[in-house]
Amino acid sequence: MSYQELIQAFPAYASGLWITIQLTLISLALGLLLAIPLAILRVSPKRAVCGPVAAYTWFIRGTPLLAQLMIVYYGFGQFEWLQAAWQRGNPVLLLFRDPFYCALFALTANTCAYTTEILAGALRSTPFGEIEAAQAYGMSRLTAWRRILLPSALRRFIPAYSNEVILMLHGTSIVSAVTIVDLTGAARDFYANYYAPFEAFIAAGTVYFGLTTILAFLIRMTERKYLAHLRPHRVAVPAAS
Amino acid sequence: MNGLSVENLHKQYGNNQVLKGVSLKARPGDVISMIGSSGSGKSTLLRCINFLEAPSSGRICLNGDEVKTSTDRGGQIRVSNQAQLQKMRTKLAMVFQHFNLWAHMTVMENIVEAPRHVLKLSRQEATERAERYLDQVGLTKFANAYPAHLSGGQQQRVAIARALAMEPEALLFDEPTSALDPELVGDVLKVMRDLAEEGRTMIVVTHEMGFAREVSNHVVYLHQGVVEEEGHPKDVFKAPKSERLQRFLCGAMK
Repeated sequence: MSYQELIQAFPAYASGLWITIQLTLISLALGLLLAIPLAILRVSPKRAVCGPVAAYTWFIRGTPLLAQLMIVYYGFGQFEWLQAAWQRGNPVLLLFRDPFYCALFALTANTCAYTTEILAGALRSTPFGEIEAAQAYGMSRLTAWRRILLPSALRRFIPAYSNEVILMLHGTSIVSAVTIVDLTGAARDFYANYYAPFEAFIAAGTVYFGLTTILAFLIRMTERKYLAHLRPHRVAVPAAS
Repeated sequence: MNGLSVENLHKQYGNNQVLKGVSLKARPGDVISMIGSSGSGKSTLLRCINFLEAPSSGRICLNGDEVKTSTDRGGQIRVSNQAQLQKMRTKLAMVFQHFNLWAHMTVMENIVEAPRHVLKLSRQEATERAERYLDQVGLTKFANAYPAHLSGGQQQRVAIARALAMEPEALLFDEPTSALDPELVGDVLKVMRDLAEEGRTMIVVTHEMGFAREVSNHVVYLHQGVVEEEGHPKDVFKAPKSERLQRFLCGAMK
């Protein structure tokens, strides 16, 4: 067993972990931010509004994340207009020469599609009576969305979204396929150097497991705070009026 | 003219005519009970008053202001000025059969919500109002509870407090006790009786004949989308003229 070497490889694992955390958190945050307006469009009764969003989520959810990553990292570079933009030094498009930003783009596009569908489902399951009450009390459409529909749906969205969060953490491991040394990449390097696959991947797996546990705990805390109204009745209120 | 008036209201769903020209006047302080068998159109009438259902034709005026509408290509009435409608709705607070409290908000948050974000009252003002009306319906202790943790009767009293906190010109009750267990109906009716005694304007769709007879000053009996008979409860209940109403009352009183 190569525990000595594993300890020496600690800095490599740590920097890989940092990449994994960055990719997970940034893509989740961007994906969620984009998913909120997209979900609102997604539940529109107008075909022209919900159609393009539905097509986007259908395409993303119908193809593997790895394929999407390959398309962004290897595929985009073959477009001549993109190469020309690189020549001109377009600062935004230059990011697509960096595997990190390619991975971030693919991960964000991916999680955003799933998150949009989860949130759209939560929006659709808003009890109609609550929307009607909002109208009956004189709320404008904007106020009703801001005060009733979104707060109510975002709460119902948390439990289903927690799966997406954990799947994304694990999903980032595929970025090692495009030269990024994330946590899995660090394990692969270790395996290549010492030919000790068991130790290499057990170490990475243990760290993923720890991260998952921490995330799951944070989500539980969020649910406790925001889903108090769905918890079974406890002695929090007096027994009789 | 002060008060609410409904003139010649029609409502149809496809070929199904639900309301066939109903008129109604409520002066300040009136307590009007609308009775009738299911399907007679009484809930639809109430929901048309604040445009939760768009009427097919007819006029609705509050204090002389008519809700401005136009007719679209499909022959459906559309409200031309949403802001005007929203303003009118704040003056006609509604209490629903199924309460329709906002589930993710506490009792207190439910009550201050519309005063804060629609009437634009300050937090303090809205909270004071909420405390006052929560006390009136006897639920002060439950201010921080969530609706799902209350009984149906308590939820409906919260819904009444939410309506009162708008300090509306009229309260619209849509079968407020029909979804409640029999033993919980009394609490809600008591709150409604007190409101009537305060002189509030109320339009109540109800199956509670006792309430209609004792509390209201005007009873409207709807049958198949038309007002079959109306008048003071003494006359309507003691000496109904229409045969249908006689039969309806016989059935309802059993």
